[in-house]
Amino acid sequence: MIARNLTHRPIRTALSVLAVAVEVTMILMIVGISEGLLSESQRRSRGVGADIIIRPSTSSAAQSLGTADIPQKLLERLAEIFPEIKITTGTALTTLGNLQTITGVDWERFTEMADGVHYLDGGPLKNQYDAIVDEVYARYKKVRVGDTLNLLNHDFRVVAIVESGKMSRIFIKLETMQELMGWHGRLSQLYLKLHDPTATAATITKIKALLPSYPIYAMEDLLSQAAANLRSMSAQSINVIIGIAVTIGFLVVMLSMYTSVLERTREIGILKSMGASKAYITRIVMRETLAMCIVGIVFGYLFAYSAKVAIETFFPLIAVLILPSWVFWGAFIAIVSSLVGSLYPATKAARQDPIEALAYD
Amino acid sequence: MVHDSIIEVEGLTKVYHMSGRVEVPALRGVDLSVKTGEFVAILGPSGSGKSSLFHIIGGLTPPSTGCVRVAGHDLTNMTDRERTALRRHSVGFVFQRFNLLPTLSAAENIEIAKHIAGDRQTDPRFENLLSLLGIEHRLHHKPHALSGGEQQRVAIARAIVNQPPILLADEPTGNLDSQNSKAVLTTLKTLNKELGQTILMITHNAEAAAFCDARTLHMLDGKILAEESTGRQ
Repeated sequence: MIARNLTHRPIRTALSVLAVAVEVTMILMIVGISEGLLSESQRRSRGVGADIIIRPSTSSAAQSLGTADIPQKLLERLAEIFPEIKITTGTALTTLGNLQTITGVDWERFTEMADGVHYLDGGPLKNQYDAIVDEVYARYKKVRVGDTLNLLNHDFRVVAIVESGKMSRIFIKLETMQELMGWHGRLSQLYLKLHDPTATAATITKIKALLPSYPIYAMEDLLSQAAANLRSMSAQSINVIIGIAVTIGFLVVMLSMYTSVLERTREIGILKSMGASKAYITRIVMRETLAMCIVGIVFGYLFAYSAKVAIETFFPLIAVLILPSWVFWGAFIAIVSSLVGSLYPATKAARQDPIEALAYD
Repeated sequence: MVHDSIIEVEGLTKVYHMSGRVEVPALRGVDLSVKTGEFVAILGPSGSGKSSLFHIIGGLTPPSTGCVRVAGHDLTNMTDRERTALRRHSVGFVFQRFNLLPTLSAAENIEIAKHIAGDRQTDPRFENLLSLLGIEHRLHHKPHALSGGEQQRVAIARAIVNQPPILLADEPTGNLDSQNSKAVLTTLKTLNKELGQTILMITHNAEAAAFCDARTLHMLDGKILAEESTGRQ
């Protein structure tokens, strides 16, 4: 009976299914994009291979960097003072817009700390205006080795394309960055790799005693703290979008079931004349809603995964991470909002007076 | 075949409250007794109170005053839930407009009555009944593919599938041509005579009552005026 009722008005059912699908898609995509960007950022930070990071005295865990306040000579000094340190390197970085950063690195020290990089094409930075990009950026900008990239109002020659996942998507020489930005002898952040990573906490304590004004983090602590901060900052906007999605699903399902119940007033009267209880009538409306909702959820998953593929194909700089927990929560939210949306129509149907309902045309 | 009263009505009144204030009396003291296995026809013009009596006996609406007993149940102070249970097990309805669910096949229209009554088992006796009604070959068709007569016979099958003690028929031939009317009345008559089904039928048509050998009651202005017996009392 439920299937028959749903297929009796295919367009109305299809619209309701679409509303639920859009609701699920919106939930999965907004959370997926947020988590994807965070996850990708963390993957690249971990790819550096550092155990400790030292940031400018004015920065915080979540703040993006666009300054270079740390004296470069600190690198050598730290290496001399603390025998626990295996490798030190520093970067100077600034933003290019579109959430992209360009990073000036000591390529040799960086690749040593990161246990090497995988060149898909080309080789290391050599000349002043050489640039290396990762595969994602190369695909997005359709850049090949030998091409020219205009960065920071200067033409750079792409000398290599590397596998993504290590620090940045665009690298230039540290000295070039310092010269272009007027940051001579200064760095944006310092990376330290220890001989024994289990000595991280103790080493940080010692360095803090030496450099009390600098924020010094264990890399994993920084990533956790940054993730928590970013999730907290994005929670409000995510909740607003989820709220809009839920409202759309709720209203469309309520309207659909309301018109369905109104249209079937006489049928409800027939069922009541046969002894159908209020609970029986309510169950019919709820089951129809649930069936419609489940189909909508399945389509929502298909739309979301299709959108993920499309976004990652056409906008490779945006990573989409659809978490299994949100696959569950997306469905749960859609089901709850749909069932709540059908409560009023179901109650209206259940309370129909059988004589009035039977007389309805 | 005739035993004790299965429907007893004494001093029944029904007053409808229109717009909350205006009182419209539909029944003004009806007394009625129907014995088990009887076929009773109620005749009367529109507004005579036939339908109100039908709705009260069927448990679709409560009486205002008076005593109504149906299949051993006192309807006077029944709650809505109790009247729903009465409709599920004690009465079956046949309507003028057939009232089949349009999205379901004939068989599914019958099955849903069993489903509502909580009966999931197949009753072999019902197969014989379908044969008696002459619709066993039309069960997989939807209502729009059936003639009026076939639809009404499906509605009769649905009304008696749970073997209710009482079958209430409201103008069962009102929407049918003479040939189909005859077929439906023959069916009702057969159910009464061969299976002992108690039937209370509302009709405008005295000939229909006579055809069914029914005890005929006349109603006017909310009261039963006179009784004329035909057939087998």
